[in-house]
Amino acid sequence: MARRAQPISAGVWVGVAAAALILMLTLGTLGAVFTRAGTLSTLGPADWAAIRFTLLQATLSAALSVALAIPVARALARRQFVGRGLLITLLGAPFILPVIVAILGLLAVFGRRGLLNIALSWAGIEPVSIYGLQGVLLAHVFFNLPLATRLILQGWLSIPSERFRLAASLGFRAADINRALELPMLRRVLPGAFVVIFVICMTSFAVALTLGGGPRSTTVELAIYQAFRFDFNLGHAALLSVIQFGLSALAAVLAAWIAVPAFGDAGLDRPLLRWDARRLRLRLLDGAWIVAVALFLLLPLAMVVGQGALALFSLPEAVFWAAGRSVLTAIGSALLMLALAFPLAYAATRAGRGFEVIGTLSIAASPLVIGTGLFILLRPVTNPVALALPVTALVNAVMSLPFAMRALVPALREVEATYGQLADSLALHGMARLRLLLLPRMRRPIGFAAGLAAALSMGDLGVIALFADPARATLPLQLYRLMGSYRLDQAAGAALLLLGLSLALFWLFDRGGRVNADA
Amino acid sequence: MKYPIFAAGALFATMAAAETPVLTVYAPDYFASEWGPGPKMEEMFEAKCGCDLQFRTGDLLPRLLLEGDKTEADVVIGLNTDVTKKARDSGLFAPHGQDNASLTLPVSWTDEVFLPFNYAHTAFIYDTTRVANPPASFDDLLNAPDDLKIVIQDPRSSISGQALMLWVKAVYGDKSGEAWAKLAPKILTVTKGWSEAYGLFTDGEADMVLSYTTSPAYHIIAEGDETKKAAIFPEGHYFFVELAGKIAGTDQPELADQFMAFVVSEEFQEFIPTGNWSLPAKLAADKLPEGFAKLDMPEKVLFFDEDQAAALRDAAVEEWRAALSQ
Amino acid sequence: MLTLDKVLYRQGEFSLSADFSVAPGARVAILGPSGAGKSTLLDLIAGFVVPDQGRILWQGDDLTRVAPGDRPLSLLFQDNNLFPHLTVARNVGLGLRPDLRLSADQKQAVQAALARVGLSGMGNRKPSALSGGQRSRVALARVLLRARPLMLLDEPFAALGPALKAEMLALVRELADETGASVLMVSHDPADARALAGDTILVANGVASPPRETGALFADPPAALRSYLG
Repeated sequence: MARRAQPISAGVWVGVAAAALILMLTLGTLGAVFTRAGTLSTLGPADWAAIRFTLLQATLSAALSVALAIPVARALARRQFVGRGLLITLLGAPFILPVIVAILGLLAVFGRRGLLNIALSWAGIEPVSIYGLQGVLLAHVFFNLPLATRLILQGWLSIPSERFRLAASLGFRAADINRALELPMLRRVLPGAFVVIFVICMTSFAVALTLGGGPRSTTVELAIYQAFRFDFNLGHAALLSVIQFGLSALAAVLAAWIAVPAFGDAGLDRPLLRWDARRLRLRLLDGAWIVAVALFLLLPLAMVVGQGALALFSLPEAVFWAAGRSVLTAIGSALLMLALAFPLAYAATRAGRGFEVIGTLSIAASPLVIGTGLFILLRPVTNPVALALPVTALVNAVMSLPFAMRALVPALREVEATYGQLADSLALHGMARLRLLLLPRMRRPIGFAAGLAAALSMGDLGVIALFADPARATLPLQLYRLMGSYRLDQAAGAALLLLGLSLALFWLFDRGGRVNADA
Repeated sequence: MKYPIFAAGALFATMAAAETPVLTVYAPDYFASEWGPGPKMEEMFEAKCGCDLQFRTGDLLPRLLLEGDKTEADVVIGLNTDVTKKARDSGLFAPHGQDNASLTLPVSWTDEVFLPFNYAHTAFIYDTTRVANPPASFDDLLNAPDDLKIVIQDPRSSISGQALMLWVKAVYGDKSGEAWAKLAPKILTVTKGWSEAYGLFTDGEADMVLSYTTSPAYHIIAEGDETKKAAIFPEGHYFFVELAGKIAGTDQPELADQFMAFVVSEEFQEFIPTGNWSLPAKLAADKLPEGFAKLDMPEKVLFFDEDQAAALRDAAVEEWRAALSQ
Repeated sequence: MLTLDKVLYRQGEFSLSADFSVAPGARVAILGPSGAGKSTLLDLIAGFVVPDQGRILWQGDDLTRVAPGDRPLSLLFQDNNLFPHLTVARNVGLGLRPDLRLSADQKQAVQAALARVGLSGMGNRKPSALSGGQRSRVALARVLLRARPLMLLDEPFAALGPALKAEMLALVRELADETGASVLMVSHDPADARALAGDTILVANGVASPPRETGALFADPPAALRSYLG
């Protein structure tokens, strides 16, 4: 839409307001920390080591996730089997898993006393260690392989089935199909998937902390934390945050330009009919990939369930109160996210992609710097601690915005492309357009994005301890407190509760978007 | 007539609320949690002060420094010696007014500003069912086979991690870098805080964990489990103390003073061993609970005061980082 | 009277100029090769695109900057004329109030319009439960309710069979007669132009020619029309 007759609508102004709020939360808080620090600091050798390690692990994590996702997505795209739909849904679980829970599950499988090493010792093989760069990569692949698989599977399913029919009628073998149809699709999809995962891994914190094995695995985000906690050197924390911003904003802007695949679930349950892949060898290969990835992703979850099941029924009451608070915060976070993402997506389709970039900005932000900046900004106005939960909900909403934008913007574009002229011709504007056209047509991506935001908020360990309020602890914080007071069994129970609630919230929102959604 | 009575009642309630002074206590999150010493402390203190004790938790010192003299805190509890220098330099604190000489610490305490309420020593904890022959000295640990796996905390994010760094410095001095290099292959991983490290140990991931000499007390008393023990090293163990301080600008100076006195009162000190799983700062040894007699305690205690520690810190962290980054 | 006053629209290589008027109550077919700009001409009149030069006038008022929904016209597209998530009655009701807060009278008017196009009692169905012809009728019921003096049709019945298409064109003519509206209809089929029995605007070589009586035009076709008709 090059030119339009309408003036800029109210919806775009709401988008401008949302963009301003996000800029305030990301860059404004950073500015506040800088202003408060007053001084600039320089980068020492430890900082350069952190920058190098961050780039190294993010590159390797993204490359591995994408490389492994290709055969998995191909197998899922061309095989039909019982439980395929369920498996695809379950494979999405690690991405929304609270980090602290995921690490417990990974250790139960890959740790020194984990299933893998028990099996290896039976076989008389030397044990393998999860700690170090390999552990960081393992965890990042665990989190992001499902995302990569999803994005690539969408690419596969976006190849029109007529092309496969044409290929079959021309007698193409699997290798011919690969060259003529699949490689061009992969060339289009892979760079975007790589960039998204690269940026996600850039800001990794908890994973590098527990599985990194030592100071050689320090990420920039961890260095920010240390500058803040150890030296109370705000200037240094802010400087590192700028570097982190620069690196990932660069990647995020790249991601906006390279066509990053949309992030939704449209029609993933539809396998392709493939005449070229009927050979036994290919069937076995695909089967092996599917089994391997299912084991890799689901076994750690099963271990969390197994370890926590007993303690679940002996959890102290305080844990359930915290769970209730976390659920409410997560729902609030999902609604806030929608209140921000919808106007932004609308403005992005109407007034330019700048809004999309702003919506993606927070992927590069440091939650620690946001929290500190907000504390500095809010304190003259009000008591920040009284706002602990709303602030947590808001910051979590902003942190999940990049993923929501990936789901909402393409969906909104499609609705506008299909029904925009009809709606315009009927003077369907403002709230009426939202109520009668956009919301009903976009229920699925809205449900998906809200579920994602709720689940990601659920697992968040409090934006920052500065806002902590002892009487209003969230479930992850309560889990951490149980660990901190020697109650490891109950912590396992709380971890299971957290796992269950995160998945349930995602499922409910996602489901809500599908029920009665007209084709 | 119902309404006037109700109104009078409401008025009375608000007057009563207005008359109850509030003492705002900044504390670390663990302290005020349901399973920390905070709730019991609140109950005990409120019973005698006629006030409302309110905890505020979070990153203690960063928050105080951000708030400066506009802080709402009246007192602070749960500081460690690693931050007392920064805290003192902020000028926010007033003298604690208690008698240092009556403390029962293994080191002589002369600080007029920060008042200890409990202590322990850094130590490596092991499980007797998994480690039959624990290292008998720090040297033994350095020379142990590399498949003895320990888990420690990062000195840049954890106070216990920092205590370990100073412990190594106190034992090995100029040779600390070499000591770290020898220890490095045995370090399974370095965690952000104590909780993650201790979790890895109880999950069986690590053979030994950096913790405190008092950690086995929890297992003995709360779980009846005597398999967790602290390895005692003749080179000495680093002294780890938790402190309280009074904010100079408090609007409740009397209550704050009363609180400082309460912190070292017998009533609160008797609660410390099982309330915070630590050694009380001011309590006769015969008043400790039974389980504490089973704890292994060091003969020699090592300690740097805050000026010495501050002078060593940056170089020691860099030495630590360099040795473990190899 | 609809007037395109020295209108010029450019996009990249493409350009379209138009300078003519359409009389009230006229039936005008818009014919021309594909890609010549038939739909662009309709988009200009409807307000989906803005001309680079010139003005679009209705009864002497300048429409050039007026939003599509506020122009005195109703539209029928090739497809997507109905919102699939709304019932038939709500789709029609949108013609009266875009926010669908209808009064009892307005609801009755919706039922009457549905009855007029032969869809009594189908108000509660979703479009997916209707045939192609029925869907076209729903859209026409909405056009009827909107009662705007201009009807723009962009090959609305292209997907229908010949008999159904003739039936729909007849219905369009009837509704236009009842409301006194002018009709502008894009088509690639000369038979449609004849069936509409009015004038024809030929769009070719970047120019939308003024409307001429269809019979006369076909009897003595200019070069561009000749090459299109083949």
